Amino acid sequence: MSAPIKVPTMAEYMAQGKNPEVLFWVGCAGSFDDRAKKITKAFARLLNEAGVEFAVLGTEEGCTGDPAKRAGNEFLFQMQAMMNIQVLNGYEIKKIVTTCPHCFNTIKNEYPELGGTYEVMHHTQFLKSLLNEGRLKVEGGKFKGKRITFHDPCYLGRANNEYEAPRELLQKLEVELIEMKRCKTRGLCCGAGGAQMFKEPEKGNKDINVERTEEALETQPEIIAAGCPFCNTMMTDGVKSKEKEDSIEVMDVAEMIANAKDL
Amino acid sequence: MQYIPNILFLLALILGIGYFTRNIRKVIRNIKLGQEVDSSDNKGQRWNNVIRIALGQSKMVVRPIAGLLHIVVYLGFIIINIEVLEIIIDGLFGTHRAFAFMGGFYGFLIASFEILAVLVFVSVIVFWIRRNIQRLKRFLSPEMKGWPKNDGNIILYFEMVLMTLFLVMNATDISFQEMNSGNIVSKHIAGWFGGTSVETLHIIERTAWWLHILGILVFLNYLYFSKHLHIILAFPNVYHGRLAPKGQFKNLESVTNEVKLMMDPNADPFAAPAEGAEAPAKFGASDVMDLSRIQLLNAYTCTECGRCTSECPANQTGKKLSPRKIMMDTRDRLEEVSKNIDKNGTFEPDGKQLLDDYITREELWACTTCNACVQACPVSIDPLSIIMDMRQYLVMEQSAAPSELNVTMTNIENNAAPWPFNQMDRANWINES
Repeated sequence: MSAPIKVPTMAEYMAQGKNPEVLFWVGCAGSFDDRAKKITKAFARLLNEAGVEFAVLGTEEGCTGDPAKRAGNEFLFQMQAMMNIQVLNGYEIKKIVTTCPHCFNTIKNEYPELGGTYEVMHHTQFLKSLLNEGRLKVEGGKFKGKRITFHDPCYLGRANNEYEAPRELLQKLEVELIEMKRCKTRGLCCGAGGAQMFKEPEKGNKDINVERTEEALETQPEIIAAGCPFCNTMMTDGVKSKEKEDSIEVMDVAEMIANAKDL
Repeated sequence: MQYIPNILFLLALILGIGYFTRNIRKVIRNIKLGQEVDSSDNKGQRWNNVIRIALGQSKMVVRPIAGLLHIVVYLGFIIINIEVLEIIIDGLFGTHRAFAFMGGFYGFLIASFEILAVLVFVSVIVFWIRRNIQRLKRFLSPEMKGWPKNDGNIILYFEMVLMTLFLVMNATDISFQEMNSGNIVSKHIAGWFGGTSVETLHIIERTAWWLHILGILVFLNYLYFSKHLHIILAFPNVYHGRLAPKGQFKNLESVTNEVKLMMDPNADPFAAPAEGAEAPAKFGASDVMDLSRIQLLNAYTCTECGRCTSECPANQTGKKLSPRKIMMDTRDRLEEVSKNIDKNGTFEPDGKQLLDDYITREELWACTTCNACVQACPVSIDPLSIIMDMRQYLVMEQSAAPSELNVTMTNIENNAAPWPFNQMDRANWINES
């Protein structure tokens, strides 16, 4: 798209003897998955646009350990956690924002007991605060009046009781938000959590992401909005399996905002 | 001779309450087989939960029909039981309607009992229809075959019979009907007995009275063998329920110590364990004794309503996992261990465990940890925590993760991402246009 994004690393900040306002925790999907990288970049552009002084850890970042922990490998989880905490504490990080609800949940809830206490925000919460502070302006633009449904990520919603931040952002985009039959506290999982992303599902009569996509399609949306790179993959696959990829897009809320602003 | 009914009543009361106490003590003993956990924090929040979730039934009404019917039966149960106090006094001292001296207020009380009795009766009929005629999906799961199905119906029959006896007892009580205060429902039933002789009416009244109180005592003792134990345990269970965000899974302290040691440059990796050091703790859970006391309390509290299972994404898409079955299996295994202890004094290994003999690996690996089951439970049961503890056992004690997950974990270990990408490439996205 337009101007190149400015993404300094913590090491660069450190070299200048400065501290950023917030650390952007990119996460593994956000770093390596082609689809998720677009979300990462969209969010970074928004941070640039709002003039937020942020940094990433870059090559010093490692998996939070979420999939290891939910798979039952507490050892590996705690190894990852301790290594990350050493890096984060070494840089004296106070505030973290991430586009992945799994990283968000793990760092926010499971790191403090292991010595890593930070203010942790999901990117939809952070974007909301930028809007409230007037640092970022959002208008409907191309999304105005579009039929959009929002899929709640389990680790943002039920796990951490945040249902409103992504919806408030969508409202700012002036979309026609149509809720699925099961939403918020009763939202159905996309099927990726608990390390399911990395294995074949057990025998059943349907894939969970297809079940969820069918519910989303019932709302006849033009876009399925998501707030998690894994949900995004699962829903995208679901839409493809229903052969609707030409008419329905799966987009992260941050991508929609960046898109509305032609960033 | 005239004291024989009083003595019989006293005996029935002692027997009923005594046997019940014995079984409740057994429940407590069995729960204490689990690992101790500290839930002494945040007393204010915990009592608040008891008032809101348990007493106030706040999570029941998420499903309005079942929720409202349940509130009727719940209120009926609590309020009509005030009458039991009078029955006990009458039974012990040979009085008749000892509280009748309260006059108008007594009439008001009985009238509300009678109305509630009818409402409970109707609600219970609807419950029965939902289970047996409408056949709601969540009552038809594989784990609901046999005893669990019968158990559900037996409870409903009990309640129908008890409510009927209460109304018949009032309707055939000549002096009560002559008082004509509070017999708001029973006066209509009394009409059906028109023409019956005074002696016969008296016999029917006495029979209904005795069957009513004996029925209550039998029902009380049925609880231990039934899912209906929730009427007592829901309260402590909600009190001890989780307060932390649902996404926060507990960190194993034993692992923390080992990881700290591994990361300590000054630690001697070859050091022998200190003299008299405790044997390393078992990681995760393969049997009920490895679970926490709260998880075991959860298992006894579960009333098998199936709201968890009907919200579970794995179950909805035909996988074997059912969070309700996890709880039922845990209780069944705990009861098996309990019988073993009753027989042998202490637990003699029986070559069985919760894992594999009750809960299969296929069920455990189907979970997405989405917390829908935890959210759905009206009495704060946490099936997910049991699934997680058992996964920990499989992975850390048995290295028995599905092979794709082993690959994922090796990747995390080697290159700090679940996929085989080099950590040095982690920031490459910045410069890719």
